[in-house]
Amino acid sequence: MTPDTLVALEGVTCTYGKGPAAIRDVDLRIEAGRFTGLVGPSGSGKTTVLRVVLDAIRPSSGTVFRAPDLRVAYVPQIETVNWDFPVTVSEVVLMARTSARLLPWPSRAERRQVDEVLERLGLPGLGSRHIRELSGGQQQRVFLARALLARPQLLLLDEPTSGVDVRTRHEVLHLLSDLNASGIAILLTTHDLNGIAAHLPHLVCLNGEVLAAGHPADVITPDVLQRTYGAPLDVLVHGGMRVVVDPHGAVQVIE
Amino acid sequence: MSGFWEPFEFAFFRNGLAVATLAGALCGLVGVYVTLRNMSYIGHGLSHAIFGGAAASALIGFNFFIGAGIWGLASGLAIGRVARRRGVAADAAIGIVTTASFAFGIALLGLFGQVRRALDAALFGSILGVTTADVAVVAGVTVLAAGVVFFGYRPLLFTTFDPEVAQASGVRTGVADAVLMAILSLSILATMKVLGVVLVAAALIIPPVTARLLTTSFARLLFLSVAIGSVSAAVGMILSYHVNVSSGATIVLVSALVFTVVYGLTARGRHSLHLP
Repeated sequence: MTPDTLVALEGVTCTYGKGPAAIRDVDLRIEAGRFTGLVGPSGSGKTTVLRVVLDAIRPSSGTVFRAPDLRVAYVPQIETVNWDFPVTVSEVVLMARTSARLLPWPSRAERRQVDEVLERLGLPGLGSRHIRELSGGQQQRVFLARALLARPQLLLLDEPTSGVDVRTRHEVLHLLSDLNASGIAILLTTHDLNGIAAHLPHLVCLNGEVLAAGHPADVITPDVLQRTYGAPLDVLVHGGMRVVVDPHGAVQVIE
Repeated sequence: MSGFWEPFEFAFFRNGLAVATLAGALCGLVGVYVTLRNMSYIGHGLSHAIFGGAAASALIGFNFFIGAGIWGLASGLAIGRVARRRGVAADAAIGIVTTASFAFGIALLGLFGQVRRALDAALFGSILGVTTADVAVVAGVTVLAAGVVFFGYRPLLFTTFDPEVAQASGVRTGVADAVLMAILSLSILATMKVLGVVLVAAALIIPPVTARLLTTSFARLLFLSVAIGSVSAAVGMILSYHVNVSSGATIVLVSALVFTVVYGLTARGRHSLHLP
């Protein structure tokens, strides 16, 4: 471990019940300030890795190192949110302070912190709005605001661009880049190789086990993609970017 | 006007009005969590489960509240436990535990018919028989529930809205679930003498659903649900005396009328959440 290591998984295997292992012998190191994408097909164990990092599940075998007093925040898939729940933007963001105060209403300092984080994420004055009244990009940022209010050193996001349009995807990606530039380490899962993964500085390809890790230029290759997705995929270079192409169809975002 | 005040001359009515108002507030408060967790069926189910405990208590001569209470608490915890298992939906867990308990009560009644009269009151409510001690029981449970919701407001909200992230954020969601189930069981037990086990489910569901049509804020939802529950109960109680209809039925009908009016007024309003 280096002084910059926030979380390190060594030989981690996780099994749910009596089924086969969701992940096998996974090694993963998350350093301070790093921006990492976990890519792989459905059922490849991406969310399981997030849960191990989050300490939400214990591995069947292997070891997990966590930096002392590490602050981790988690942003769930936006598609899992109950949008009919009667809750305002401020009430959602304040959930990050659940254990900080016994009284129901926010303190003056908490109100100020909520206003500040909403302002920072481009949501000023929307605190009293119902979460359903916002656009897709704004809704995603509400849950980012909740995560940021916990002042995390490490931010975990499960499919942050799943089910959103192209414009929202760009918004989210830029916002995450800004947060990473401010010193927050980020680990996200994504299906979106062309729209998200190719733009990240570090990728980990997963399919039950780690198949490759490194810069997109080293990882987004036909050989690695074949092993990860189990299907032949071509890679083109366009404007300095790597674009994954399905030889049996058009240029595609693998889902 | 003197006719309106007539029932207030009687101690049994004053007790009944007090206990009904408290019961309405209590069910309105607890019902917010029940409805938002999509466990409306649990109010119906738990009241029937408690019936099994009430029958057993009457049979062995054990204290009604304590016996039925322990039974209801055990049923609530059993439902919560079974529903947490993947593959068993909450409504299925409620159906299994509560119908088995209700059937147990029916079986006891069939074998020992002499306990039937005491249990009729539990099934349909008996406001005339409410004593000062009954008022104290409902008041005590109401204060307890209000305390739990006040001091547990934040973890209960987070757990109800987003249990997975709440747990990942360090909230003890299992404790929150257990506390809510215990409070729900106690609430049903305390209010069943006023409303009856058959109608208590309506008192748990109608006020929060009505309030939900009026607000998009969780905090305001709690206040509105309590207000609608308590006012509906008080109005229903007074009305039941003048029209000589069962208090439980009148309270539920007043609540349903309030819901109908609010539903109509908010059908095109900005507060409507277009519930599925």
